[in-house]
Amino acid sequence: MSVPVLSVRDLRTHFFTRAGVVKAVDDVSFDLAAGEIMGLVGESGSGKTVTGFSLLGLVDAPGRIVGGSIKLNGTELVGMSQRGLRARRGREISMIFQDPIATLNPMLTIGQQMRLAMEAHERTSRRGADTRAAELLSQVGIPSARERLGAYPHEFSGGMRQRVAIAVALLHRPSVIVADEPTTALDVSIQAQILFQMRDLARETGTALIWISHDLAVVSSLASKLAVMYAGRIVEQGPTATLLRDPRHPYTAGLIASLPATAEPGAPLSQIPGTTPSLLSLPKGCPFAPRCARASDVCATDPALEARGDRAWRCFHPVGLSEGAVS
Amino acid sequence: MSAFLSVANVSRSFGPNLTTGEKIAARLGASVETRHVQAVSGVSLTVRKGETLGLVGESGCGKSTLGRLIAGILPPSEGTVQIDGAPVMQGGRKVTTRVQTVFQDPFASLDPRMKVGMTVAEGPIAHGLTTKAQAKAYVAEWFGRVGLDPAWVDRYPHQFSGGQRQRIAIARALAMQPDVLICDEPVASLDVSIQAQIINLFLQLQRDLDLTCVFISHDLSVVRHVSERVAVMYLGRIVELGPVGQVFERPAHPYTAALFGSVPKLVLDADELVHFEPIEGEVPSPLSPPPGCHYHPRCPLASEVCALDIPPLRDVREGRVAACHHAEAQLQRY
Repeated sequence: MSVPVLSVRDLRTHFFTRAGVVKAVDDVSFDLAAGEIMGLVGESGSGKTVTGFSLLGLVDAPGRIVGGSIKLNGTELVGMSQRGLRARRGREISMIFQDPIATLNPMLTIGQQMRLAMEAHERTSRRGADTRAAELLSQVGIPSARERLGAYPHEFSGGMRQRVAIAVALLHRPSVIVADEPTTALDVSIQAQILFQMRDLARETGTALIWISHDLAVVSSLASKLAVMYAGRIVEQGPTATLLRDPRHPYTAGLIASLPATAEPGAPLSQIPGTTPSLLSLPKGCPFAPRCARASDVCATDPALEARGDRAWRCFHPVGLSEGAVS
Repeated sequence: MSAFLSVANVSRSFGPNLTTGEKIAARLGASVETRHVQAVSGVSLTVRKGETLGLVGESGCGKSTLGRLIAGILPPSEGTVQIDGAPVMQGGRKVTTRVQTVFQDPFASLDPRMKVGMTVAEGPIAHGLTTKAQAKAYVAEWFGRVGLDPAWVDRYPHQFSGGQRQRIAIARALAMQPDVLICDEPVASLDVSIQAQIINLFLQLQRDLDLTCVFISHDLSVVRHVSERVAVMYLGRIVELGPVGQVFERPAHPYTAALFGSVPKLVLDADELVHFEPIEGEVPSPLSPPPGCHYHPRCPLASEVCALDIPPLRDVREGRVAACHHAEAQLQRY
């Protein structure tokens, strides 16, 4: 593998609330190469969004990064000044959020917003900015882009707004884009168009992409590798196809088995019992143990990340391996 | 096929509520917005006793409005809905308790200031299905059936997780002892691992209580799993209806084919990237839908006739109907 553009090691982001310390991200590590697409999968509260926010230094009080390292193109971001982060946000790393209505300023035209985003990092002429903005808008599939620069966000449909947000994220050709459920609010036919385009854009521009989603089907058709999060930790990571075909962590296996697409129509679905634990009162040891059919006494201690080739998992009783092979 | 739930030629439009002054101004030729959105137009369908009909389509296609029309929450502009031969609405008022609804968002559909036990008991007490004295036992029974601890009846909604709230919403609907249940995206706001629990609960209750269901969802894999037949809607019209397996495997309407083709599938065996076939363009504004077949501007099979004539729903196969001039050509593509 080539030199990673983004290298995250032992990242810990905790929130210091009145009710106690919430370990929203606990010991997260991964690498991302240029042009690579990684899917970050998990349920609500698993820490996938906070991981994304941490990468951009967007975690607000009472939360903060308490440990670990984030290296972007070799530069350490943890502990960097706000000024330093601002210089990199949007230029080297940018983010696409779930709700395009909330991310665009309703009072400014699309052209104005894109110009502001450009001027944040470089001097441009108005004409030069407009040309570049129009170019990007047509690249993300907005018809008659030049004329639409004067339009306001409310004049666009949801799918078109998300395309504008993607164009803004692409403005400075960043090394990494963090996309937080960008197609969840969109219709399936629009989602398919955008997924298709993002895949091509990542390939053409060499931008690496972290695609945060709760939808395994979406990431399976987009990402080349996956990281599955549960209760603030990555419980399993590896190449998409092998991970989905042959999951190691019982949580991953349970998620895949519970999808209606993998079951006989009308038959009961296999279900994971119980609910996700509160991050304020995590069980001791493996946080998945209370819901896990494979759990034993040893699960009361924290399982370490077990790496085998390009795969890794955090489990004492991985699925698909005999017990003898583990010890 | 004997119809238990029958929807006959139902339409519903939404328009601005004009003041008298605006009406006069419009008469005199002033530019007042008088356009109407035809949310549901001329929908007819039947559902057998104990059957689950899936209703799919993109946002704005009218599937939720149709659900509300069947449930008697909205009066139709035209047409009638009947359950077992009796109308759901009369004179703009709902006249039956035989149809109940489970809504998408269990955070919005439960009164945050009412104890959940009371939320479930309210309807049955009002309609004489139980008495105030017996309400506690009645509610406890329904709590048990949906997998909730009967000891929780005195709690408030905020004390429950999303999946538990959806169980409460299901208990509230079923405590009215309906024959027909409308499920409007009941699992869309739930986490994946909780979705399976609620779907299993739904399948079991539907069988135990012999419920007739209309299951609305944008998630095609969920609809395929729970339904026997499926109706596909586009801009207020049903474009295809038939047994779920056949419709999914061999769609007769080009929109159905395109919709199913654009859903990301869980890829377990491919090491290379999957091929997508996104539909071109976007859903047109329902304020000014295209003439003829609403889908023709995006349709690869469209010809001149499609822009002129509205294709009627017609039989294309045993038990299957589609509203397309070129349904035979579409079926040939497989």
